[in-house]
Amino acid sequence: MALDKPYKDIPGTTIFDADMSRKGYWINQFCMSLMKAENRERFKANERAYLDEWPLTEEQKQALLDRDLNRCLALGGNIYFLAKLGATDGKSFQYMAASMTGMTQEEYAQMMLNGGRSPEGNRYLDEQTGEKQ
Amino acid sequence: MAKVTASVYTSHVPAIGAALDNGKANEPYWKPVFDGYEFSKKWIADPENKPDVVFLVYNDHATAFSLELIPTFAIGTAAEFQPADEGWGPRPVPVVKGDPEFAAHIAQSVIQDDFDLTIVNKMDVDHGLTVPLSLMCGQPEEWPFKVIPFAVNVVQYPVPSGRRCYMLGKAIRKAIESYDKDLKVQVWGTGGMSHQLQGPRAGLINRDWDNEWLDKLIEDPEAAAATPHIDYVREAGSEGIELVMWLIARGAMSEGAKPKVAHRFYHVPASNTAVGHLILENI
Repeated sequence: MALDKPYKDIPGTTIFDADMSRKGYWINQFCMSLMKAENRERFKANERAYLDEWPLTEEQKQALLDRDLNRCLALGGNIYFLAKLGATDGKSFQYMAASMTGMTQEEYAQMMLNGGRSPEGNRYLDEQTGEKQ
Repeated sequence: MAKVTASVYTSHVPAIGAALDNGKANEPYWKPVFDGYEFSKKWIADPENKPDVVFLVYNDHATAFSLELIPTFAIGTAAEFQPADEGWGPRPVPVVKGDPEFAAHIAQSVIQDDFDLTIVNKMDVDHGLTVPLSLMCGQPEEWPFKVIPFAVNVVQYPVPSGRRCYMLGKAIRKAIESYDKDLKVQVWGTGGMSHQLQGPRAGLINRDWDNEWLDKLIEDPEAAAATPHIDYVREAGSEGIELVMWLIARGAMSEGAKPKVAHRFYHVPASNTAVGHLILENI
């Protein structure tokens, strides 16, 4: 019997559960390797070659090269691990967060100053499709 | 005998640590955050309140634990814990001194009470543990008390339920109160409040939900403990689930008597996150 996953109907949200963790194991372990300065240097010197050392799928490698964080999440990446890729790039966490929302960092920072993203209309997928129609 | 005198609850946003470490605490963006802890710093320095040991519930953020090993509950039994290098060098904060004898006592008692803890004899501690210390103690040469780190998995779902955390808090209180040394102990619950750090919904904040949940945590902790996972995720964001850790601290407070609310603070934003903070005293 399938497990109950009631969080599947939340818009714009990927819950990093044990299934996603299995799928993204190597994305996250690759990110973990960037905790070491020598690995960061090797990665920066030749990103593709460094990624080729890991048993990642081609799709995962491309998402990492593109810094497409939403894609990385869909392929099993977890944000706390992906943050290490952002740190390697010298980007702030807020820059990374903004990049997933389609906003500029300035727009995102302003939204946070204004009290953050409202939960109104952001609780259920069908609320969002309803709004767009 | 050792005694739980109070519990402290606070967010542990990494940007707060960075603001303090880089001398930005008085900038207009950060000042309101640090102002919310002015009372707390005086409170904890008061000999009346100063603990001998803090049992500090927090979560590791892919620092000490990668995906190689994901313990649900892990107790730090080492004599000291180094501030971790999270990718930009360790925070310039003192080494965290543990209490191995007391931690071992708590581990044995809690495991015999049916909570299967992982015992960690070597571990670096990340911002989840050091930011609350900085918020409560400022920038001392040495932390003014011993700390027993207690790491909870809130990164990989499913995380432990609120109810499980609350019951664990009770077992921790029993363990503390059966220790022979006369120690003043505080239990801290950290993380939260509403925030989401990932996906197109990143930036979610829910001020109303956070404050209602704080009311419940104070007045009716059983009801707060009954909050299902999905409510945290839907209402308080995917990372709002960290709030289950606050229930461990609340469970460690005396039963029956309502605690005194010594301090309550709430502020939006600190980077991506709503900051919540409470001090509850046993009376």
